[in-house]
Amino acid sequence: MADLVLHNVKKRFGRTEVIHGVSAHIQDGEFIVIVGPSGCGKSTLLRMVAGLESISEGEIQIAGHRVNEKEPMDRDIAMVFQNYALYPHMSVRQNMAYGLKIAGKPKDEIDKRVAEASRLLQLEAYLDRRPRQLSGGQRQRVAMGRAIVREPSVFLFDEPLSNLDAKLRVQMRLEIRELQSRLGITSLYVTHDQVEAMTMADRMIVMNDGVAEQIGTPLDVYETPHTLFAAQFIGSPAMNVFDGELRGGAVNVGDIVVGPAAGPDAPVKLGLRPEHLTQDPNGTLEAVIQMSEPLGANTLLHGRLTATGDAITLSLPGVHLVNDMNASMRFSVEPRHIHLFDPADGKRLTS
Amino acid sequence: MGENMNKQAQLDPPPGMVEKRGSRLWLTHLLMIVGILVVFFPIWLAFVASTVTQVEIVRPPMPLWPGDQFLENYKRAIFSGVNVPVATMLFNSLVMALGIAIGKIAISLISAFAIVYFRFPGRTMLFWLIFITLMLPVEVRIVPTYEVVAGFGLLNSYSGLIFPLIASATATFLFRQFFMTIPDELAEAARVDGARPMRFFVDIVVPMSRTNIAALFVIFFIYGWNQYLWPLLITTEPDMNTIVMGIKQMFPSGDDTADWPVIMATSILAMIPPVVIVISMQKLFVRGLVDSEK
Repeated sequence: MADLVLHNVKKRFGRTEVIHGVSAHIQDGEFIVIVGPSGCGKSTLLRMVAGLESISEGEIQIAGHRVNEKEPMDRDIAMVFQNYALYPHMSVRQNMAYGLKIAGKPKDEIDKRVAEASRLLQLEAYLDRRPRQLSGGQRQRVAMGRAIVREPSVFLFDEPLSNLDAKLRVQMRLEIRELQSRLGITSLYVTHDQVEAMTMADRMIVMNDGVAEQIGTPLDVYETPHTLFAAQFIGSPAMNVFDGELRGGAVNVGDIVVGPAAGPDAPVKLGLRPEHLTQDPNGTLEAVIQMSEPLGANTLLHGRLTATGDAITLSLPGVHLVNDMNASMRFSVEPRHIHLFDPADGKRLTS
Repeated sequence: MGENMNKQAQLDPPPGMVEKRGSRLWLTHLLMIVGILVVFFPIWLAFVASTVTQVEIVRPPMPLWPGDQFLENYKRAIFSGVNVPVATMLFNSLVMALGIAIGKIAISLISAFAIVYFRFPGRTMLFWLIFITLMLPVEVRIVPTYEVVAGFGLLNSYSGLIFPLIASATATFLFRQFFMTIPDELAEAARVDGARPMRFFVDIVVPMSRTNIAALFVIFFIYGWNQYLWPLLITTEPDMNTIVMGIKQMFPSGDDTADWPVIMATSILAMIPPVVIVISMQKLFVRGLVDSEK
């Protein structure tokens, strides 16, 4: 049990800086998800916390102690790897016990902890099998078990679910979350999947290009994204973004007034979430629909704005079969769902 | 009908394999049997010669079927031999072959581990140096090696037989290739688990390489067993003879007659240990050459 502090952490490989100073304070027992596209530095950041990468600048503290110079084993952490990294020649039991054996724990305590973890993860029947004889989900559980038996202060997860099929992923997502809240261990979880981030996180760190774009609860990030990147990365389907203009207290796209907005006259980036657009015969926005994707509960419509020709995606509840392709449709958006960003640096303009 | 066709489909060899039926099947078997007979015939002759008396061998025509002197000849070979009992030579060969096989594997495992998992100055250069020595067979460096061994006073000793042949670029190279296929995460997981490098080596790397180790053990045991030139150079006392060179030493130098039954019995005895090693480790050997366990 411990909190985890990142203070202006930077990473350089040679002269290239890949992480440009990330700071975060993670409370005891919190489940934090670091989310971002490939190559944004999220795994590197995690590996720095684990001690597998050196820290070029800044400081990482676990339970109030600086750990920059400590070996992974002395940091009181446990890590779950993307490909599980189970020792292929050891049984499930030996895999879980290995860390404790090295730490020189007495045999009966090792047995007790392994038994406990395997009960928690429903692995009791598989303790004497080799990893090769297990399914993907079971291997994932063994990897979790290996982390749990260490009773660490911090759990680190490096995209642990990305090798599983979609259904199992949903199930394991719940299991991991449930387990973590039961054990109450501070966790840092890296993923590129924004659904995982939304569903699992107490708070998430949205990373892009080695910078933490936003740190906040999933709903915070969804409702008030601080940057254009966070806005587009979180939410599915992605937010529509148009080049707009603030003119006389209203935001315009081309000649169309989308809604009221405060601020001095200036060009802006206008963000509208597909699910916030509602069909409205009197709406000011008009689009030509080119394709529909009925998903059952809702329908995605893809088309182009009549005014500017920009691509736009709408998500309407229920089934909307579009028989006549190229039909035009009018819709509107509530003012509170209008997101405005500075076109120069992508920062959110006050809403 | 449909069922029959299904059965037929199951019997057919998978596509890509050459199908052989009827007369061609017999022909291929005939060719194989003839081939085996040709290869096996000299060994058969040696065996026959080891079971008859000296007189029978020298008198033409040569006997083609075993005689009744089997026990007599082998007893003579093992316990008295010509210069030295064959049992001694067998023991010497065993020590040398085991020493070379185990030594080569131990050294190359450790050096491959160093090259793959540690970053130190001159790492690449050292690797290429090892790799280049692949091109130098024992015979090329035999004179300087003899100088060194003689200088250390290792003539007529097991150390002298084993040490000059113990370094292996081949095995180092093979283990390096294998280690590089072990995922990095495994090393990292071990690090997080608290394993220091040598612990990781002993607990993870070595057990994972065991099929490769078995395959190389077979190859190097036979390599060591079959050494001829080197033992011939450095062992001058009959007590230190190894069996492969010892057979040659059994031939008389002057006008004496060769004791053929004993020599042939020795030859057969010399063949047995490698065969036993290959057969007993066959399963691991094939697995080690074909796939690796990951």
